[in-house]
Amino acid sequence: MTYDERLQNVSILGAAGKMGSGILLLTAIEMVDLSLKPENKDNTYVLNAIDISTKALTGLVEYLRVQVRKLAEKKINDLRKIYHHQNDLIENGEIIDQYIFDTLKIVRPVTTIESAYHSYLVFEAASEDESLKIKLLSQIDTNNPNKPWYFTNTSSIPIHVIDERAKLDGRILGFHFYNPPAIQKLVELIITEKTEKDLIEFANNYAKSLRKIIVPANDIAGFIGNGHFMRDILFAVSEVERLSTHYTKVESIYMINKITQDLLIRPMGIFQLVDYVGVDVCQFIMKVMQGYLTGQVIQSDLLDEMMNLGVKGGQNSDGSQKNGILQYERGKIIGIFDMKNQEYTPIVELQSKCDDKLGVLPTKLQPWKSVISDKNKELTLTEYFNELNGMDTLGADLAKNFSINSKNIGLKLISDGVAHSEDDVNKVLLTGFFHAYGPINNYL
Amino acid sequence: MSKLRKKVYMIGGYNTISIGTGRKEFSPKKPQRGLEEYIKEAGVGVLEQIGGAKMVDECVIGNFMAARFNKQGNLAGFMPTIDEGLRYKPSTRVEGACCSGGLALSSGIRSVLAETADVVLSLGFEVQNTVKAIYVADILAGAGWYKERKNGHAYFFPGQFSNRAGAYYEKFGKEKTRKAMAKWFKNAVENARLCPTAQEYHNTVEDLEQLASAEPNGKFFVDHLNVYDCSKVSDGASAIAIVSEEGLKRIGAKVQDAVEIVGFAQLEDDITITPSDLTVLETTKRTVALALENAGITKEQLGTVECHDCFTIAGLMAVEAIGFAAHGEAPDYVIAGNTSRTGKTPFNTTGGLVAWGHPTGGTGVHQAVTIWEQLTGKAGDAQIEITPERPYALSVNMGGDDKTIVAIVYKKNF
Repeated sequence: MTYDERLQNVSILGAAGKMGSGILLLTAIEMVDLSLKPENKDNTYVLNAIDISTKALTGLVEYLRVQVRKLAEKKINDLRKIYHHQNDLIENGEIIDQYIFDTLKIVRPVTTIESAYHSYLVFEAASEDESLKIKLLSQIDTNNPNKPWYFTNTSSIPIHVIDERAKLDGRILGFHFYNPPAIQKLVELIITEKTEKDLIEFANNYAKSLRKIIVPANDIAGFIGNGHFMRDILFAVSEVERLSTHYTKVESIYMINKITQDLLIRPMGIFQLVDYVGVDVCQFIMKVMQGYLTGQVIQSDLLDEMMNLGVKGGQNSDGSQKNGILQYERGKIIGIFDMKNQEYTPIVELQSKCDDKLGVLPTKLQPWKSVISDKNKELTLTEYFNELNGMDTLGADLAKNFSINSKNIGLKLISDGVAHSEDDVNKVLLTGFFHAYGPINNYL
Repeated sequence: MSKLRKKVYMIGGYNTISIGTGRKEFSPKKPQRGLEEYIKEAGVGVLEQIGGAKMVDECVIGNFMAARFNKQGNLAGFMPTIDEGLRYKPSTRVEGACCSGGLALSSGIRSVLAETADVVLSLGFEVQNTVKAIYVADILAGAGWYKERKNGHAYFFPGQFSNRAGAYYEKFGKEKTRKAMAKWFKNAVENARLCPTAQEYHNTVEDLEQLASAEPNGKFFVDHLNVYDCSKVSDGASAIAIVSEEGLKRIGAKVQDAVEIVGFAQLEDDITITPSDLTVLETTKRTVALALENAGITKEQLGTVECHDCFTIAGLMAVEAIGFAAHGEAPDYVIAGNTSRTGKTPFNTTGGLVAWGHPTGGTGVHQAVTIWEQLTGKAGDAQIEITPERPYALSVNMGGDDKTIVAIVYKKNF
């Protein structure tokens, strides 16, 4: 079966979810572009968007319409060539409308899993629930005579576990997009010893066509991205506990969040990132990882307590940030959750005191946005960390500790066999987390 | 062409801000002003200077594509919205693509010359930010021949002038031409920074020439132009009163507050014909020559010029079409600084189309208002010196790809 043939009937499970909708968009575009090739004009392309929520599927169609329009506007030069033979399509607007129509024509929003029984390729982007994933894939595979290939978007469950329990016999691999899939360039590719060679080749071609950067990760729970992120969270929590002997917990959270954003030159502080991903999602991933990783504690009392108090974070349907460990107003942090009083303490009440305690900022400190677009980034970072290294303020000490720990996490991912190389670890943090530099570095 | 049969003046010009990307107050996500607000602001701006609507005999309104940008036709009916006193007075809408403003002026001049009016309120406007740039391109493509649209570029007019630029690079060398185009951009933005109504008034980029030197990328835009070579999508309106000597007396204005129109020309080329030489603006050349002849002056007597630089390459070609540089020598002329505000003949002293903005149907009138300001000492920080030795100015407004041209020669009254 050729690449084009494989993509003639595809199903996406959890298509209306945060990750599923992005995967659906990318796949729909790939499929419509294939369908518009002259040699494919007699072929039918079907993309089943499967989700349990009818309401969410309705929203999904609207999301697709808007996103396909944006993509079509960007590639109008190509589209004018593709539709050149259609004399009735003259203006950009007419061509873009036709492209949206052609894309939506392929997509079939459904709530029934039976639609996947005819697919050649199935993307699984259901909730991060091992038994659910296994149940769904097993059911499809039992009823689908095409021996389909499966891509799972799991960010934590070992692929060989799904393969064995769903009896897929090597027809599955991990294809872990980062959120949001339509924007983020990174895909973690996880194969097992049994994964079919043709499937791996197809996955590489598919990623290339989507202009994604593939980083291979070994089949160990959490892979590289969450393997690093979850341990980073655990270190942040342990630092909060350490600081809490001298400061309140709210103050400690503020300080750790601040140094991880500002002094480590990251796009957001560690607790803001937890809120962005969702406290509940982080807790769930930790539980999954804990189940497979012996001899390591992947669990956080702080996150568990937050969850017990109903503090979940995550995003609203319009993409705005929900309150979590931190409180937000128009995307800006304005408060920190106080577990004692179960309410948010306004930042203004503790900011100046905490900033004083953290001490003066390095003179060579630059915001993350400037550093990532800096043509002399390497030099800028070297000079900055040299200065940071020579400082003995509380803020500098915390940042140095955090940075060294982050590097050690990365190195451990290699020694544990999760990542193949330092470069792979750095690439995941650079492209998947938008860090300005990889954690494995010689700055300190 | 014989000289004008009677004296004609322009007075009381007014420009709204040219709104679009680059202006701090602009956000496509926020509700924007409707066309009626632009028309009213510009119209009232003139009436307040000339003694009110009772002074006006007739109105002309120039606009290109309100029918598509704003779903509005019958635009002449908006002139009475400016002032109750304009109801039941003659009002005409004219259209000639981006030369619609120029046609609003030439129509007004003709009415005064024909002695059917002593005071004409001429106004031009366009409100384009109702759609995204990719769809603006569709609408503006209407300035070309519809049968060429299918095979044209997604960004149709940038595509047309990209072809002209490509031909110019091939014939006269790319490096120097690109350098001159970057210089044109720099001059334009520096002038716009002196004019509070300009779209690039808030521009703070330090190295403008470097910015404008970005290599064109045909995959995402067009082959031979980058975005800095292009005028932006703009919303704006401009208006001015065109008056006879009697009209000037009626409004009680001093002649020093007006500019005299000493010559003009309006030519049209066949819209279905592709230019035989893409490196020449033939219709512009002919129209300017006729206007200067009509005025009885030479280009050396011009103290300033407002040319139609919808693209930087069009600015360079206009320099040649007017005759300041021989064919292929505009790059040297521009690089040497001759068109800058301190040069031999300052061009586009408030930024031109590239940096003041290009509300298509309003541009021709904006050019006239800028010249009126310069020749009456009302240009504020953008003021240049106009000497008695060279008291003349020229505006050249173009519609389509060198198809509809209006050139007007103005004279300062000392």
